[in-house]
Amino acid sequence: MDTLISIKPLLAVLVSLLAIPFIAYSRSPNVREGWTFLAAIVKFGIVAAMLPAVLNGMEISCSLVEVLPGLSIAFRVDAFGMLFALVASFLWIITSVYSIGYMRGLDEHAQTRYFCFFAISLSAAVGVAFSANLLTMYLFYEMLSLATYPLVTHHQDQEARTSGRKYLLYTVGASIGLVLPAMLMTYHLTGSLDFSPQGILAGTASRGTVALLLFMFVFGFAKAAIMPFHSWLPAAMVAPTPVSALLHAVAVVKVGVFSIVRVITAIFGTDLLQTFDLSTPLLLVASTTILVGSFIALSQDNLKRMLAFSTIAQLSYIVLGAALLSPKGVTGGMVHIAMHAFGKITLFFCAGAIFVATGKKNISEMTGIGRRMPVTMTAFFIGALSIIGMPPCGGFLSKWYLVLGALDADKIAILVVLLFSSLLNAGYFMPVVYRAFFCPPEEALFEARVQEAPLCCVVPLVITAVISILLLFYPQPFMNLAVMAAAKFTGI
Amino acid sequence: MSAHFPGLVIIIPLVAAFLILIGALLDKRLAFPLTALALLGSLVTAIGLLARVMQVGVVEYHLAGWAPPVGIAYRVDHLNGLVLVAVAAVAFINLLGTRPLVVEAFGDRLGPFYTLYILLVAGLLGIVVTGDAFNLYVLLEIAALTGYALVGMGEGRAPLASLNYIFMGTVGASFYLLGVGYLYLVTGTLNMADLAVRLPALYPSKVVFSAFVICLAGLCLKMGFFPLHAWLPNAYSYAPDPVSSLVAPLMTKVMVYVMVRIMLFVFTPAFAFDLTAISEPMVWMAIVAIVAGSFLALSTRRLKRMLTYIVVAEVGYMVGGFWLGNRLGISGAILHIINDAVMTLCVFLAAAALIARTGSDAIDDMQGLFKKMPVTMAVFVIAGLSIIGVPPTCGFFSKWYLISGAIAAGQYGFMAALLLSSLINLVLFFRIFEIAYFEPFEDHHAEHPTGHGRVLSAVQEAPLELLVPLVVTAALLFALGIYAGDIVSLIIDKAIPLGIV
Repeated sequence: MDTLISIKPLLAVLVSLLAIPFIAYSRSPNVREGWTFLAAIVKFGIVAAMLPAVLNGMEISCSLVEVLPGLSIAFRVDAFGMLFALVASFLWIITSVYSIGYMRGLDEHAQTRYFCFFAISLSAAVGVAFSANLLTMYLFYEMLSLATYPLVTHHQDQEARTSGRKYLLYTVGASIGLVLPAMLMTYHLTGSLDFSPQGILAGTASRGTVALLLFMFVFGFAKAAIMPFHSWLPAAMVAPTPVSALLHAVAVVKVGVFSIVRVITAIFGTDLLQTFDLSTPLLLVASTTILVGSFIALSQDNLKRMLAFSTIAQLSYIVLGAALLSPKGVTGGMVHIAMHAFGKITLFFCAGAIFVATGKKNISEMTGIGRRMPVTMTAFFIGALSIIGMPPCGGFLSKWYLVLGALDADKIAILVVLLFSSLLNAGYFMPVVYRAFFCPPEEALFEARVQEAPLCCVVPLVITAVISILLLFYPQPFMNLAVMAAAKFTGI
Repeated sequence: MSAHFPGLVIIIPLVAAFLILIGALLDKRLAFPLTALALLGSLVTAIGLLARVMQVGVVEYHLAGWAPPVGIAYRVDHLNGLVLVAVAAVAFINLLGTRPLVVEAFGDRLGPFYTLYILLVAGLLGIVVTGDAFNLYVLLEIAALTGYALVGMGEGRAPLASLNYIFMGTVGASFYLLGVGYLYLVTGTLNMADLAVRLPALYPSKVVFSAFVICLAGLCLKMGFFPLHAWLPNAYSYAPDPVSSLVAPLMTKVMVYVMVRIMLFVFTPAFAFDLTAISEPMVWMAIVAIVAGSFLALSTRRLKRMLTYIVVAEVGYMVGGFWLGNRLGISGAILHIINDAVMTLCVFLAAAALIARTGSDAIDDMQGLFKKMPVTMAVFVIAGLSIIGVPPTCGFFSKWYLISGAIAAGQYGFMAALLLSSLINLVLFFRIFEIAYFEPFEDHHAEHPTGHGRVLSAVQEAPLELLVPLVVTAALLFALGIYAGDIVSLIIDKAIPLGIV
């Protein structure tokens, strides 16, 4: 494996942090949003500039400072990290457009604070993606928890306070209570925390210890919302919708699953988990979350809460893919990071657009809304198809690989879980679409007069919906990265 | 000149104490600059000493040229070189930051206040620098007596708290003196290095063991080690704010240093950790101290009182880490002496700024402070994160060593206590942040339509004189974190005797 030394990873992380003084002290809202855009585009540009090298099998590394003997704050860009950083930094650009439409459309207060903390969150997310070792990852993980707190509690009312409390207690509580000791025990056993393709724990611990550490990590990264550590996510839906869209469908939750997959592949190593046969309990945990999450989503009337439970279920697909330990399964799990991101962000954008245009939050109040907001609801339909995993959307591809992975691993039960879950997904998404478009005219709650949300809201959701479709036909950058990463981790 | 540094580090402030008292009689405005100058002198000599120790090793100095064991020897090695710098720096930063508060509270008594202030610092520096067990007692009393006086200068129940502090402090110091007396009885020397040579032959003696236990008990009382902490919360929370932010960071930490010094360099590690079979109970008591301190902090809704209970818990961190008896744990304890001194300074200074503005130290009165004092609150958040233990602030790294030590020693109870305390600290600080951030509840949609125009009149920051030291201290928290690895490998590692693995 060739390694390039470059400060690009550092720049990619820092660029949004450096933009903060400009965002905070700009004279008018337009200038301020201009800085956000500039930062987002530069960030994406830097990440994209590293893509060719990574696709050529290179790794780009950058070490900053040795904070503890043998442990540095260091970055290392590999295929998996690249995949996540690419998704997160690209969607930040689109979400920035959407934020302008949404925040101004609703006359939100403290928009400067909002844009500042959004920028910090993105730095942290890319920091996690590019971390070269567990310590660096932990640092950015905690930074993300804290930076998103003011975003989740943006409304500063009693409900936001309660939800913020829950949010912190779950995400920071679990990381201090479980990840920190697990990390220290790993360090004590191996003397290192560097990510390595074959893992570092092999040959240092007994099966019991490895199992204990595995579950401390899996539950400790509570941002992945694995049951029973999931209930912060529905609570976090009190945040403004762009926050729910980018952070609670893409950046924050994906940082959780990213961390879990990273630890499974690069700290434990797939071989070790195979040897100790720890795949089954992990699959059990993920499957339970998938099914229970989907069932709860069925019963939700608040659209954003339904999407949150759908996210909880979908996140575990990624963990499930990694837990299959087969190349196709791992590939499917990793690609699902990208596919789910585009699909789910479309859905959240739609939910926000409906709220801006009509003030409605509940599905029961949206009967006939397709007549008023045809573009938004069409995009919603596409996003839903992608999450269900039906062609012509990208989501089909990741589910296809997961199914293949399950077959390769001879786990028929997992196959059943995947297919049944798809049915459930259709069960909670399709009624929304159906009632929006095909209700009898006398039941419709909206006049047949087209009145969409502001352009800044509609354009982003059209873009992400179109990309969701395109991803089925042109999945190359994400697919190639996932295949490379999976090949590296499973050693095939 | 630099050969006299070990003496100068305390002679400067001692001499300055007289000059300040006399100078203040002429013009009380002289008191502050003289104090600042003297403490700056101490800080510079302390840094010079540490640099010298790092270059050439141990620096010995004989007061007035009398050779030990007759004369008093000052001895600076890596351990006290580091602590010296911390003490001098904390005292200096606190002095600069609290001037507006001191002028407001003690405008008519500036001379006595600053004289006591600098005598207290001189005492603490002396305790750290001395190599003589009896001289240490003398300096301990200097620091303690001035401490009682300063605490007693507060309003309300401060004199009573100070009285209680005097009783308990005197008992603690007497215990220490008694222990040293026993040691003198059997060895005939008071010089620490000399004691370390003569004691091993006498380890079977019951007198030595009694001296050991009595010394340790006295020190535990002085450092506020639970359950001997009862004097601490009242004394530190009723003290005037500029005094709290001096004694809370330094007093307990210096006493922990004394424990490390006596246990490792007067007695031998083998005696302290193995022969006496006291390590295990001490670690368990530390666990109790950490848990109790944390829960006591939860039980109060007054800011300063809460912080004092956190100090009680942090003493448990250091005592527990030290008695783990391995290199990682002791490194963690020593690193935490430094980190906790700066962290505690930072929270107490920020608290002083907040209290000065709101006029109350009830956490329920902290509504809307993020808007009113954004910089002070930002510093307070950073200090809080450091106490919780979030990287890259320094609190994370001392916790890292302490937990590593616990794992290496198989003391999972201590690890659990540290994690629990981190979680409770999370609750403690976010309880305050919540009030300052959410309350008073208001309809945000109603105000300024663009959501952009900052209402400048709402900002009422602390005076710049206080703000700058606050920001510097917060920056120090990051710097100490990022350089934690260097501090451990270049200084602390060399401070710990080689025999300890």
